[in-house]
Amino acid sequence: MKKLSFLLTLLLALMLTLAACSGDSTDEPEENPDNETEEENNEEGSEDEEASEGDGEDQVLVFARGGDSESLDFASTTDGESSRVTKQIYESLLEFDKESFDLKPGLAHDWEVSDDGQEYTFYLEEGVKFHDGTDFNAEAVKTNFERWADPEHEYAFTDSDYVYSMYGTMFGGFKGDDGHVIEDIEVVDDYTIKFHLSRPLGYFLQNMGMSYFAITSPAALEEYGPEINENPVGTGPFKFVSWERDQSIVLEKNDEYWKEGLPKLDRVIFEVIPENSSRLMALRSGDIDIMDGLNPDDAAGVESDADIDLYTRAANNFGYLGMNVEKEPLDDKLVRQAINYAVDREAVAEALYAGYAIPGANPLPPGYLGFNDEIEGYDYDPEKAKDLLAEAGYEDGVEIELWTMPVARPYMPDPETVADIIRNNLEQVGITAEIVREEWAPYLEKTAAGEQELFMLGWSGTNGDPDYFLGSLLHSSGIGGSNYTRFNNEEVDELLDQAKVAVDQDERADLYKQAQEIIHEEAPMVVLVHSEPVLAASSRVQNYVPHPSTSESLAEVELSE
Amino acid sequence: MLAYTIRRLLMLIPVLIGMTIITFSIVHLIPGNPAQVILGESATETQVQDLEESMGLNEPYIVQFGIYVSDLLQGDLGTSLKTKASINKEILPKLAATFELTFFAMLFAIIIGVNAGIISAWRHNSWFDFFAMLFALVGVSMPVFWLALMEQWIFAQELGWLPAHGRQDSRSQIDPITHFYVLDSILHMDMKQLFISLKHLVLPSIALGTIPMAIIARMTRSSMLEVMSSDYIRTIRAKGSGQFLVIYKHALKNATIPVLTIIGLQTGVLLGGAILTETIFSWPGIGRYIYDAISYRDYPVIQSGILVVALIFVMINLIVDLLYAFIDPRIKY
Repeated sequence: MKKLSFLLTLLLALMLTLAACSGDSTDEPEENPDNETEEENNEEGSEDEEASEGDGEDQVLVFARGGDSESLDFASTTDGESSRVTKQIYESLLEFDKESFDLKPGLAHDWEVSDDGQEYTFYLEEGVKFHDGTDFNAEAVKTNFERWADPEHEYAFTDSDYVYSMYGTMFGGFKGDDGHVIEDIEVVDDYTIKFHLSRPLGYFLQNMGMSYFAITSPAALEEYGPEINENPVGTGPFKFVSWERDQSIVLEKNDEYWKEGLPKLDRVIFEVIPENSSRLMALRSGDIDIMDGLNPDDAAGVESDADIDLYTRAANNFGYLGMNVEKEPLDDKLVRQAINYAVDREAVAEALYAGYAIPGANPLPPGYLGFNDEIEGYDYDPEKAKDLLAEAGYEDGVEIELWTMPVARPYMPDPETVADIIRNNLEQVGITAEIVREEWAPYLEKTAAGEQELFMLGWSGTNGDPDYFLGSLLHSSGIGGSNYTRFNNEEVDELLDQAKVAVDQDERADLYKQAQEIIHEEAPMVVLVHSEPVLAASSRVQNYVPHPSTSESLAEVELSE
Repeated sequence: MLAYTIRRLLMLIPVLIGMTIITFSIVHLIPGNPAQVILGESATETQVQDLEESMGLNEPYIVQFGIYVSDLLQGDLGTSLKTKASINKEILPKLAATFELTFFAMLFAIIIGVNAGIISAWRHNSWFDFFAMLFALVGVSMPVFWLALMEQWIFAQELGWLPAHGRQDSRSQIDPITHFYVLDSILHMDMKQLFISLKHLVLPSIALGTIPMAIIARMTRSSMLEVMSSDYIRTIRAKGSGQFLVIYKHALKNATIPVLTIIGLQTGVLLGGAILTETIFSWPGIGRYIYDAISYRDYPVIQSGILVVALIFVMINLIVDLLYAFIDPRIKY
């Protein structure tokens, strides 16, 4: 017995030693700046908690999700879990409407576009302060944009592996690149800023609403340097308090917030619960208030539960079965159309999303600018598919590789099931699909290099502009990158090029509609479904509106008794 | 014994060098590069190349290895590609989380396992023995994830007695000092938080500790049976010693060696292999940390994470070896 207790003592001693080690490391002087604020904040936090025990009126919302944020520096990541949080801390010049990508004022209350579409002037809100007390003004905006554009900028933190890939994608590259569209940023006065473009960009304003291009306090960039990703300072409704990696991020109300009466909540806690079923259980037991990523199969159960409400996000993505148009027999338009007729989209929507999905017709989510609703998607018609195959000279059947995605993505929650459905569908029309499996990174590399025949992938929107879908996926300039079908059509290229630089949005819509007609005819991909992600929240949660971009402001959300 | 300890510690050096080389090579041999994973399906070729360059991944392997080792020698485990944070800083809370869970899981396994084994040996071929060993057999063969889900379903969902996720309540967060939340609560003199932390430990500890418990029970039983039939026990009994004293004082001491070996090995296994439990119970430990890093191709985290776990494993085995000599004076090093 004595020996046993000795053993336990030893284990405990080991624990204590480790504990001491970890204690030491937080005392290291180099980490001092953020330590201080964290401690301060934490103290405030515990006071708040004590207060809440007293009167029980504190509004604390717990939002649970499947994974942690990568970084709280929104511009240097493309991770949706990051922008979900930074959306609360930071604001951009323009904002998207609650449920769509329509633009409304943000930090800029007004804006003007010159006739040639190369000058954008923004009039900024006055009297807005960052969480560190410094003023928000035109200089701050300029600093932020230059930080992303110029790898040599003092706050670009290139040495610490900061890369602003979303900026590169949206503004055509970086300072010095041929395609880079922002030529100069002019501070007209403290609250007026003018962007000079090297050529018109049809979705420039749309970009300004993205949470990837929000404004960080320049003073904080100076103070924290590359550790800005753990110490976010913005102008938004909530202030950063603490972050325990893979557990939780705590935000508290910004009492000085410039919009009167907001935010309603005192605290927001983003909690990581990786397992889908555990998350739902936690919601049922009241441990959390909102859960992201509800399994569509659980939606029926949630709907019948009086204490929980079901929410759907508008579709902003699609999963597709792509065809490498350079490989035989997929280089034949008839074969591609045949495959489009052969695949049962309804079955995919039912099997995977329990009906929370729209069968696809165009490679663009419904509701987007220029979505061509005159095009009816290919019907499920195996007979027609067989006829087309016969016409193309494949009446005796043909063998094709089907590359199956190895990971679940929002647009493709269960790739294996989809692959099964597709394989059965193809079998019926005489196409034998041989499943090819690769891990995710090599999968992306090899499909980008064009090694695949049939393959599964998808695309999610960010700025709500059709160019991000059509331009990325089907313009020939994307071959080797995001144009995985290697679709190369001069007419489509030209239409997309025109639409990209046109400033008049009606004109753009028209051009995109024409492009979709050609794409429909050429059929480089089977647009499977647009999924409508489902969420669940306690019925105490009021005014919560999920945004299609997956990042919504929680400023107006409140909890009822 | 001191010389032995030093010798063992010195032997650690080639082991660690070997580990470093093996993990580094394996990590860099698996296909797929992190830049591609980080940028996802919307990446362009130039973006991937730019990122690779900025992360230093286009250097020759040997150069990368050199940089890695020289950082290691300075006590720097590197920087995570995914979060850009220092791994030294990131890994400590995760280690603490796993240690805490392992500690309580082993506590459960040892207390129940050893005692069940002893009683089974004592009341050999009794009903208790029969059921305990049947239970142990079930315990060994029970999939951890199934047990974990059943626990969650019964105790969290149906009965609502115990929390099923995380280390603490979302709405009542502790200010971490050591990142061992039980210890932190005590340091903060916060009894409410201590209760919360312990409550969160119950289900995952049982899920994680069941297999070791079953193994320990079986091992203790067979080891005890052997000792109990030896001559010196008969002699002690003949001297009129009480049954309890005979078993717990005299027999257990000699039966402990094989049990201790198992305990040491199992503790090591739990430290590195608690991924399933950690995932199901949303426990932010080292297993999940490394697992996530693998799917993300976060090379530095995989390398350093495995290295740290390996180091701990070796250390625990060393401690166990030293304990032998302490328990059984006949063993000399």
